[in-house]
Amino acid sequence: MTANAVLSPPDKRRPVQWSNPITYGLALAVAAVSIAPVVYVIVGGFRTTPQIVANPAGLPDPWVWDNYARVLTQSNFWKQAFNSGVIALGTTLGVVLLGVCAAFVLARYTFRGREVLYTFFTLGLLFPAGAAILPLYLMLRDLSLINSYYAVILPQIAFSLPLTIVILRPFLAAVPRELEDAAAIDGSGRLGFLWRILLPLSRPALVTVGILAFVASWNAFLLPLLVLGDANLHTLPLGVQNFSSQYTSDTAGILAFTSLAMLPALLFFTFAEKQIVGGLQGAVKG
Amino acid sequence: MTSTNQTRNPVGGVSAPPTGLRPAGRPSVRSAETRRKWYEIIGLTTPAIVVYVMFVLVPMGFAFYYSLFRWRGVGPPTDYVGFDNYVLAFQDPIFLDALRNNAIIVFGSLLVQGPIALGVALLLNRSFRGRTVFRLLAFVPYVLAEVTVGIMWKLILTDNGTFDALLRAVGLGGLVQAWLADLDLVIWTLLFILTWKYVGFAIILLLAGLSNVPQELNEAASIDGASWWQIQRHVTLPLLGPTIRIWMFLSMIGSLQVFDVIWVTSVPAVRSLGASATMATYMVDNGFFARLWGYGNAVAVILFVISFVAALLFQRFLLRRDIQGAITRRAN
Repeated sequence: MTANAVLSPPDKRRPVQWSNPITYGLALAVAAVSIAPVVYVIVGGFRTTPQIVANPAGLPDPWVWDNYARVLTQSNFWKQAFNSGVIALGTTLGVVLLGVCAAFVLARYTFRGREVLYTFFTLGLLFPAGAAILPLYLMLRDLSLINSYYAVILPQIAFSLPLTIVILRPFLAAVPRELEDAAAIDGSGRLGFLWRILLPLSRPALVTVGILAFVASWNAFLLPLLVLGDANLHTLPLGVQNFSSQYTSDTAGILAFTSLAMLPALLFFTFAEKQIVGGLQGAVKG
Repeated sequence: MTSTNQTRNPVGGVSAPPTGLRPAGRPSVRSAETRRKWYEIIGLTTPAIVVYVMFVLVPMGFAFYYSLFRWRGVGPPTDYVGFDNYVLAFQDPIFLDALRNNAIIVFGSLLVQGPIALGVALLLNRSFRGRTVFRLLAFVPYVLAEVTVGIMWKLILTDNGTFDALLRAVGLGGLVQAWLADLDLVIWTLLFILTWKYVGFAIILLLAGLSNVPQELNEAASIDGASWWQIQRHVTLPLLGPTIRIWMFLSMIGSLQVFDVIWVTSVPAVRSLGASATMATYMVDNGFFARLWGYGNAVAVILFVISFVAALLFQRFLLRRDIQGAITRRAN
């Protein structure tokens, strides 16, 4: 059978019972439903509010750049993008660093209580992070962390740790023990093995958990809403929400602001999509 | 999931021989080595444990403590009321509406997203030109921030907005509704938005699961004369079981604590009547914004207990089968 699979041309390896037009038709329908609202928002940003009111479902006529220019020059867009970036980067670095250290121990050390520790971390997956938001706010207030980047970064690291460890552990454990022995013979200790061999080998998994943490942080709303009262520290999601409730009559402006706010996440994901699906394979394997 | 990982990676540290069995040198060397190992274990895990305990577990403990007081959040809580806050919550029709809405979202998400995601994942798992682009487009809603999605749909579904205009343009003007203001309709509108937003997550997970299904199995089945449908039904779907159950689990937990999309999309007045409230929005509205901290924390504990019990039941009855399945498959 192996020979058969090798000899037959790749396009015959799967039986194609559907005619291709149907496949494409369905795929196009899925794509349309997914992106039509997004396209509407982006295109709507090129219209004026009177145009939108007169004909809610129309196309720009003429196309105006004013809304986008206005958001980029007169609003807090750049400041908020900067805040979002700092918080997302800080969260990502923290999650990957703490997650790798913990997952490394859980994957490659044999010691009493290891499974207890792993279960302890996985409990966080059962745990609705949102439920603890009120006491978390009170605790951050008592620690005088409210209205600082740390008030968002530290809890986000904690929220992301369980999933990070669940994804990283199997990757780190799957590296053959022979490599570790070989590294030991070459005189590197366990930590040298982690740094020089294990980390480079598990880069796909590291990228995956990094991306998941970054996107989760970039999109986060509830925690920043409660702990970042200071408008100078507002992140993009808070900015979008405030803009839309502050300038309710400026529909075109809201559309432009919303488009600009979603652009970074879209670009980021476009580059990283393969990594995410690949990195999740280890985690969902039955 | 623990045992699943272990059985799957027999090569890794999981099956490593205990240190004591290693052909080591003199006992003193071995004990120094053991001590060193423990230093490494403690040094590497402590930062993660501290952050995790401090920002995830400790707050939940405090929530229970605060929930026993009538407290406006200023100074230490002193007005001890026992379980009165819990009684109050279950007597508040708005909170009961929020519970009902959460139930609608949990079951609605599973029943609607599951079949759609399965269909789309099977479709996008076929090999055809341009598949990568279609996959990317199908994931777009999931990548967008909840706030963005909420505002987007709010603008589209607003009274006499784009959606209504489209309906009128195709002659279905009779169907126009107050999508976000009608007290009986709004929760279903929100369920639609949540479905649009999160079905991509199910698709990502299922595609990852599908790529683990060995190609050889499909080939073997097709050589035996099975049609594409038969292969999906009898080969692919059974192997996807664990992935589907993991998605169901994550979807359920997410639905129980859903906040962002609901908060941004729903009109505050409608939410305060309960029509579009969920446990989480009710908790933040009452605890944070109305400054009823004791009461809000009681709602937090209720939300936590409901999620936790649901999670444990799910693990007990559904995820356990995955572990067994993994072991039996290995034995084969």
